[in-house]
Amino acid sequence: MKTPIELDDLSCEIKNQVQEKVPDAFLDLCLTCGTCTGGCPGSELLDMDPRKLLRMVLLGMDKEVAKTDWTWVCTMCARCVNACPMKINIPKLVYNLRNMWPRENRPKGIRASCDQHIRAGNAMGVPTDDFIWTVEDVAAEIRETQPEFKDMKVTVDRKGAYMAINQNSREPVTEPDEMGPLWKILHQVGADWTYPSVMWAGENYCLFLADEEGWRYILEEFVYHIDNNLGCEVVVNTE
Amino acid sequence: MKKFNIPHKFEFITIIELYAQWIREGKLKVNADWNKDLNIKFTAQDPCNIVRKTQGQKMADDLRFVIKSIVGEENFIDMIPNGVNNYCCGGGGGALQAGFPEQRRAYGKTKFDQIVTTGATYVFAPCHNCHKQIEDIGEHYGTEYHVVHIWTIMCLAMGILGENERAYLGPDLAEFGL
Repeated sequence: MKTPIELDDLSCEIKNQVQEKVPDAFLDLCLTCGTCTGGCPGSELLDMDPRKLLRMVLLGMDKEVAKTDWTWVCTMCARCVNACPMKINIPKLVYNLRNMWPRENRPKGIRASCDQHIRAGNAMGVPTDDFIWTVEDVAAEIRETQPEFKDMKVTVDRKGAYMAINQNSREPVTEPDEMGPLWKILHQVGADWTYPSVMWAGENYCLFLADEEGWRYILEEFVYHIDNNLGCEVVVNTE
Repeated sequence: MKKFNIPHKFEFITIIELYAQWIREGKLKVNADWNKDLNIKFTAQDPCNIVRKTQGQKMADDLRFVIKSIVGEENFIDMIPNGVNNYCCGGGGGALQAGFPEQRRAYGKTKFDQIVTTGATYVFAPCHNCHKQIEDIGEHYGTEYHVVHIWTIMCLAMGILGENERAYLGPDLAEFGL
């Protein structure tokens, strides 16, 4: 015979842990309305959806929750929490589930990008000298072949520049010519800008990996460089 | 930085806000005349990270203002839903490198259908994850649209897009204005 679930007797370790870290995720408030799930493109993938995941967390199905790969299929896009009448923060739950995975078991691709970023300042692991060389090389070619940009200034680590601009590492590494149009726009408006040489890349895979230590390290290095070495007033995230 | 309470002296903004500001101030002299007769249709992806998750609808509005300024109001077709309510493309959160390509593409089918419904030939994707994912699902589900950066079309509109800066343009624009 089936017996009712005694909610008070459940042991919900994951729920408690997440609630302690992010009390404003409001995991307890779910009305099971399914608005999150109805508007989530990740619903049904791997036989999972946001409402189901939260139900499992609340029912203490910790073993199943801890091992579902859906944790890595969800993109933490926050459409669910945006629509939720109780503002339950599923993305924060998913982030914390990722964080509970032993680091070595988290997806290799994301881990490698995070590791490269910590080591080299960008997810593709390109050495800083190569980045600077590529930037200068592409800039020189534009000045030479496009006469209206013969005075275009492109610098790395120019102290006192008003703006520091980040660049996704895909450009300098695999498609350097794509940097040109951005520089030309900056030149047209007379922007006073520079690239930082430290943590210069726009991406952040340590966030995706839920590697708090790595994420914090990248930010701290970046902030120190901007504030103490360059003194830029504005940091601009590019496309 | 907010998450870790790291103090910093600078302000953190996005290039899209700046594009919008520079156009409004007249510093960036752009118009959509180049597309008046061509009538090439564009749509845009609102990246979750800069729209829904941080800057909100204002960012979505700035994005549209910039795009309409360079392709023409009548040549911009929005996806529905959009802005803060937009569907994620499925490439975010590390999904492109998470090792679940089948699920990632199934996730992206929602976005793919949205794009195809607009009938646009070009999709602006001002985020590298969105850019890669939207390209990938286009190839996977087999429809010819092109994914572009704003900087490409902006330079095209100003007549300053170089010969080797056109990797993402389709054959219709590959030599336009050269």
